[in-house]
Amino acid sequence: MTVKLVIANLKHKPMRSLLSILLIGVPVTLILCIVGLSHGMLEDSQRRTRGVGADIVVRPKNSSFLSLSGAPILQDMVSYMAQQPHVKLATGVINVPIEGITLGATGVDLGAFDQMSGGFRFVEGHAFEKPNEVIIDTFYNSQHHKHAGDSINLLSHEWRISGIFEGGKLAHVVFPLSVLQEHSGNTGKVSQIYLKLDDPANTDSAVKYLKSIPALEDWPIYTTEELTSLLNVNNIPALREFLLVIMSIAVIIGFAVVCLSMYMAVLQRTREIGILKSLGASKGFILEIILAEAVLLGVGGTVLGIVMSYGAYWLIQNLVPASFPMVIVQSWWWRAGAITLVGAILGALYPGLSAARHDPIEALAYE
Amino acid sequence: MSSAGPVTNGAIIEIEDLRKTYRVGNVDVPALRGVDLTVQRGAFLAIVGPSGSGKSTLFHIVGGLTPPTAGKVRVAGQDLGAMTDAARTRMRKRTVGFVFQKFNLLPNLTARDNIAIARHIAGTDPKPSADFEEALRLLGIANRLDHKPNALSGGEQQRVAIARAIVNHPAILLADEPTGNLDTENSQAVLGILRDLNQRLGQTILMITHNPEAAAYGHYTVHMRDGKIVEGI
Repeated sequence: MTVKLVIANLKHKPMRSLLSILLIGVPVTLILCIVGLSHGMLEDSQRRTRGVGADIVVRPKNSSFLSLSGAPILQDMVSYMAQQPHVKLATGVINVPIEGITLGATGVDLGAFDQMSGGFRFVEGHAFEKPNEVIIDTFYNSQHHKHAGDSINLLSHEWRISGIFEGGKLAHVVFPLSVLQEHSGNTGKVSQIYLKLDDPANTDSAVKYLKSIPALEDWPIYTTEELTSLLNVNNIPALREFLLVIMSIAVIIGFAVVCLSMYMAVLQRTREIGILKSLGASKGFILEIILAEAVLLGVGGTVLGIVMSYGAYWLIQNLVPASFPMVIVQSWWWRAGAITLVGAILGALYPGLSAARHDPIEALAYE
Repeated sequence: MSSAGPVTNGAIIEIEDLRKTYRVGNVDVPALRGVDLTVQRGAFLAIVGPSGSGKSTLFHIVGGLTPPTAGKVRVAGQDLGAMTDAARTRMRKRTVGFVFQKFNLLPNLTARDNIAIARHIAGTDPKPSADFEEALRLLGIANRLDHKPNALSGGEQQRVAIARAIVNHPAILLADEPTGNLDTENSQAVLGILRDLNQRLGQTILMITHNPEAAAYGHYTVHMRDGKIVEGI
């Protein structure tokens, strides 16, 4: 009967109910989009790192596993690495940001890279052959809608797209190594070095050996598996705190929306509260129906927020899939729902307690 | 002391020197100035008096909606003066049933659910008893139960309110100007129903009214003025 009364109350003012659900749903969508983008970008990095086919990644001294740009390693280090025990192949790449902080281009020695990775699989065109040519992957192309042979403006310069390759390998935009080194003012330098070993079983011992070389003592040297495992939400500095801030904002919005909505509802229903009290409804019963209504609004907002996150996902996938590779993180649905419900219940407490404290005679006389 | 009731199998309301003073700002306003009244089980008592005479305050105290300031009030054997707010709330579930001038049905629920929620709050079986079904027939609203209040006439709404008031078999039915918002025909119908409930089911009724014709439906009439009973029959 309580649920029936609560649903009847929600249906009695459908616009208020729908607006409340919408406003509660917005922070749910916000949380799910930010989490989806965080996970998506990291998964994209993992996928592209694995696509290189290397066993070991050598990063420059004092760099973190997240660093995407800068080229402090002398290119001579590539041939030095190639001479180390078990190293079959070494290739250096240079990373340069091209669109804000989320999207970078990579310069690559195509011959060595093809040997290491098995080569790019082109869906259109072919690899670059001239200095003014660039190749892009299918993700990046889906936000620019280009074809092989078209020109594209990158790094304030016009380039010809020689080919479009299947995504999931190294980078979304790939230049010849020397061209990107020159263009970024890093001639003779690389950002990181990929190593392929004679046998993957030797990876750990090879890493151990490299770290034992005095000149490489402070260099971050990772196995590919180690590097990709580091690319998760828990290892990104400040990301947890950022998500905490976003969740707090969601709680505050949910609290404010529900508090305002339920306060208005309690005001409008003062007489009904008086009627319930005349029937013997306790303070607990009055509080229960107000909280139940808030919980239903919270559940509705969560469901709508999830639906809207799919809408945001669809838009991002169609507009900027390479810059913002979002994924749907279902494991966060219940967390977003719980966060919302906490906000909704907190928001309903004041109006609920206020309703429960109404004097029945005054409430019955309310016009 | 005024005493009313045709059935003498015990007093259901016993009031002695009842006083109630409201605080308005910094001023004490006495609403009841020493009321004595005994109502026997099965009585149909009408309370009449001008506005401000204290009859509504008496109604609210007997109904457990507000505590007395002083004096003794026993309703169905329970001392209201000694009750906490929570205890008076519990008393309202089954001991008293209210019928108001403005019907006071929950607008979002159907007539059936308005009655059902009274049972839900009282914690009784959701399915009404057989004698309640008989009461519904007596009220003539059996075919209107699935309508919401805004689809019912004033007379129908008041009948639903009566059904809700008696669904938990209260010891006392308290009616505050039950015909105040009704036309003559519906007024007579509602008053006839109250009389039938009293006669057929033995329901104790305490009715407040301005209308002498309505008061005539009761067995006894008590007149109030300035917070006191000035005439009891």
